[in-house]
Amino acid sequence: MNEQKKEPGWQDLPIGCVMMEARSTRHYHTGDWRSQIPVTDAEICCSCGLCWVYCPDCSRYRDLRTGKYDVNNFFCKGCGICARECPTGAIKMAEEET
Amino acid sequence: MARRVGIEVSLAVSEAVRVCDVDVISAYPITPQTHIVEKLSEMVAEGELDAEFIMVESEQTAMAACCGASATGARCFTSTASQGLQLMSEIVFITSAMRLPIVMAVANRALSGPLNIWGDHSDVMANRDCGWIQIFVENGQEAHDNIFVAFRAAEDPRVILPVMVNLDGFSLTHVIEPIILLDKEDLGDYLPPYKPVVRLDPANPVSMGPASTPGMYTEAKKALEDKLRGSKKVLEEAWSDFGKRFGRHYRAIETYKTDDADTILITMGGLSGSAQAAVDQMRAKGEKAGLVKIRLFRPFPLDDFLEAVRNARILAVCDRAISTGGMGGPVYVEIKAALYGRPDAPYVAGFIYGLGGRDVRVNDFEKIVQKARVQANTEIPQPYEIIGLKE
Repeated sequence: MNEQKKEPGWQDLPIGCVMMEARSTRHYHTGDWRSQIPVTDAEICCSCGLCWVYCPDCSRYRDLRTGKYDVNNFFCKGCGICARECPTGAIKMAEEET
Repeated sequence: MARRVGIEVSLAVSEAVRVCDVDVISAYPITPQTHIVEKLSEMVAEGELDAEFIMVESEQTAMAACCGASATGARCFTSTASQGLQLMSEIVFITSAMRLPIVMAVANRALSGPLNIWGDHSDVMANRDCGWIQIFVENGQEAHDNIFVAFRAAEDPRVILPVMVNLDGFSLTHVIEPIILLDKEDLGDYLPPYKPVVRLDPANPVSMGPASTPGMYTEAKKALEDKLRGSKKVLEEAWSDFGKRFGRHYRAIETYKTDDADTILITMGGLSGSAQAAVDQMRAKGEKAGLVKIRLFRPFPLDDFLEAVRNARILAVCDRAISTGGMGGPVYVEIKAALYGRPDAPYVAGFIYGLGGRDVRVNDFEKIVQKARVQANTEIPQPYEIIGLKE
């Protein structure tokens, strides 16, 4: 998956799952239940931005250095709309590693 | 000083709650629980109890209000029954998950429909898996005493879990019994002030009751399961210390004449007294009958139970609830699961009785024992039977 730390086990949970830390949603990987992840071939991407337009979860972003589009693993739910709408076929859905 | 008075059992529960010096009570009236909170609201109004009594429009809100108050570190009490517990049910599961040590008296009553205000255990059994400690009392004295035990165990730093004290509607709640009432002087330091591990505090903000993805829900449930199981040891300490201080001894499983018993009745709650009288009757006729009363239903005290029925050939399990379309009453199913596959397990016969306030008499327990013995001699296990059913 993405560069997450080892998840806590059941004995590591705080009492009643209380969140002790403010702004803890920064650690909340809302996409960690997806089964597929879009993989973009930067060679083929024509920077049209349609994937950014169609993504229902604002998970596509433009790499300002290269001008190409890629996926934000933190949010992406793996719905595959970007792959379907990509006019150049640069985006392919790959199996998510478990 | 402790005084022995004739008092309605509901009011003896209220008295115990007063002596526990609760901070917040929130409840909605429902038969047969009403007298408990009615008396508490009077106590608050008369200044006999320094607590907030939060009047609400439903049981769901009553439990939600208790949760909010408990999260700030307040000692909270509520009480309900039947439909009230069902309406509360959504929050009941959250209470244990959030580890809020609220104590609730449930005046066990049948669930509608048909609409029925009388006693049975269908209300609590519908909430069987809610993650609360569940105690069933047999009489008024037990109801009074176990409120103190409930708060002590609930708030113990090793537990921090809500506790349900179940008492049968009407046959316990509405009868007047001679009960030894404890006062604050007697209680002494048996129940120390509640010191929450974490609490809602503007100076030190935390978030309580967060959501969980599939990635952590299982672990949260396992953590609760582990704590609930571990609470038995603390409950035993609380009962044991209670016995030392006040001379009344309680255990998770209570046995009566089981040592040499061939057939053992298994009961829970207020009908245990009649079952005990039936055992005496049968013993007078030379029959080797015994009785096991389950006082602690959750966490289920497996080892104590196995020890209690170790010498028996037949168990007759009596349920005051029907699991419609299932394999039998909830206690019967529990006990069969507990015994299955164990060498020399006794034959387990299941009986459902006392639904919706249907009378169960001493002689009915004799019939149950006879039926269980007949069943045990058949070649294949027999399905559960409803006692006193009109054909």
